[in-house]
Amino acid sequence: MSNVPSDLKYTKSHEWVRVSGGVATVGITDHAQHELTDIVFVELPQTGRTVKAGDACAVVESVKTASDIYAPLSGEIVEVNKSAVENPALANTEPYGGGWFFKIKLADAGEPNKLMSPEQYTAQIGG
Amino acid sequence: MPVQYSGLIAEHLAVRNAAGIFDISHMGEVTVNGAAAEAFLNYLLTNDVRKLAPGQGQYTLMCRESGGVIDDLYVYKLSTAVYLLIVNASRTANDVAWLREQWNKFPRSDDVNLTDASHNYSAVAVQGPRVKDFIADCVRGPSVSAMRVNCVTDLKKNQIAGFHLGRGGVLVSRTGYTGEDGFEIVGEADAIQEAWEIILKKGEPYGIKPCGLGARDTLRTEMCYPLYGHELDEQTTPMEAGLGHFVSMDKGEFIGRAVLAEQKARGTKKKLIAFKMTGKSPPPRPHYPIWAGGAAVGAVTSGTQSPSLNIGIGMGFVPPDRATGDIEIEIRGNRFPAAIVPKPIYRKSH
Repeated sequence: MSNVPSDLKYTKSHEWVRVSGGVATVGITDHAQHELTDIVFVELPQTGRTVKAGDACAVVESVKTASDIYAPLSGEIVEVNKSAVENPALANTEPYGGGWFFKIKLADAGEPNKLMSPEQYTAQIGG
Repeated sequence: MPVQYSGLIAEHLAVRNAAGIFDISHMGEVTVNGAAAEAFLNYLLTNDVRKLAPGQGQYTLMCRESGGVIDDLYVYKLSTAVYLLIVNASRTANDVAWLREQWNKFPRSDDVNLTDASHNYSAVAVQGPRVKDFIADCVRGPSVSAMRVNCVTDLKKNQIAGFHLGRGGVLVSRTGYTGEDGFEIVGEADAIQEAWEIILKKGEPYGIKPCGLGARDTLRTEMCYPLYGHELDEQTTPMEAGLGHFVSMDKGEFIGRAVLAEQKARGTKKKLIAFKMTGKSPPPRPHYPIWAGGAAVGAVTSGTQSPSLNIGIGMGFVPPDRATGDIEIEIRGNRFPAAIVPKPIYRKSH
């Protein structure tokens, strides 16, 4: 049974989003890290890059496969988590904490309303 | 078999350090019997079947006239004129079609019986350095057919014997696809189900884990064992794949011999190399380009993060004059340094 915190927003492609003060913190869900298995490499975008919602902007690699991570929202990448690059297993052990990937300064403060609720995401993953 | 049970890396390390069990029921089984079975197999397979005594097996390849590999397989001599082939699941249909085609042309076909028994058999592989400490509690000896031994752990590498287990009994060989000591057990589904359960129970104090396809692939990649569809296909010969050791040139005529003999004498156009990434990089993957001397010279066939070495490793084909020294692997448009290394990539340190 995957953990789906009730205070976050979600995407169909298994990113979670925490919005605070016009900045969205993004990572992958507990369900995603479990499906990916042991994560061994994380490639994050350059800070300063402008992304549109749906852009592939990071790559997470398990032993078995490489998977794209998509920007859930549009805006500018203002910070990336160097700890997750140094220690990719953080995305397995703390997917909603120390394993976050990047922060987006939102171009449109209303855009998060288009994301999935915890209930919708739970239904999608069959929880 | 799932990709993983508890976690690919944990499963991989269990096999390297303790024990793991794999469901390999997908493998194909073909029996070849009869007075001319040995002659028939020696004409179709590259290794020399005549070297097998009852109860022994060998790794071998089946090639087209072009030398291209139809499949790589194990052949066991169970008794005089009774052979068992263990073939790749994905190739079983092609193998059986090829065997039948050749059988139709074989002068002594009346003395060869060929049966695809894949649907009758399930199988497990039990692998790891601790397996020898509990396997005899699971498969109780003495053996009743093939190699005669008092105890299953008396089997030597590549030997096979029948034991009582379940209703129908099982065949146990001291073989595997991981580079560790271990056994492969073939039998009817109920016997293999019983074997799976008893091995997990008796192996528990030794740290056994059920292992999936993911760990099976990383373990064999560390050992540079080929996987059909990656290192081997009908456009690749055993010589190109570095498997000349399993081609017996002095046994007489066999299918593919002319091409393979010429390649042995004059060399090949491509060569399978093994490599290790030399710095931090994404894991190499199949089809990534291999660069050397400023040019793309080949492609990765198998690649992964090595759970044992914690670095990217892989294999790939390059021209023979590029088969030593430093290379680069192109990953998403960037090139990362790697070094060609001797096979196997992983060696046990005692």
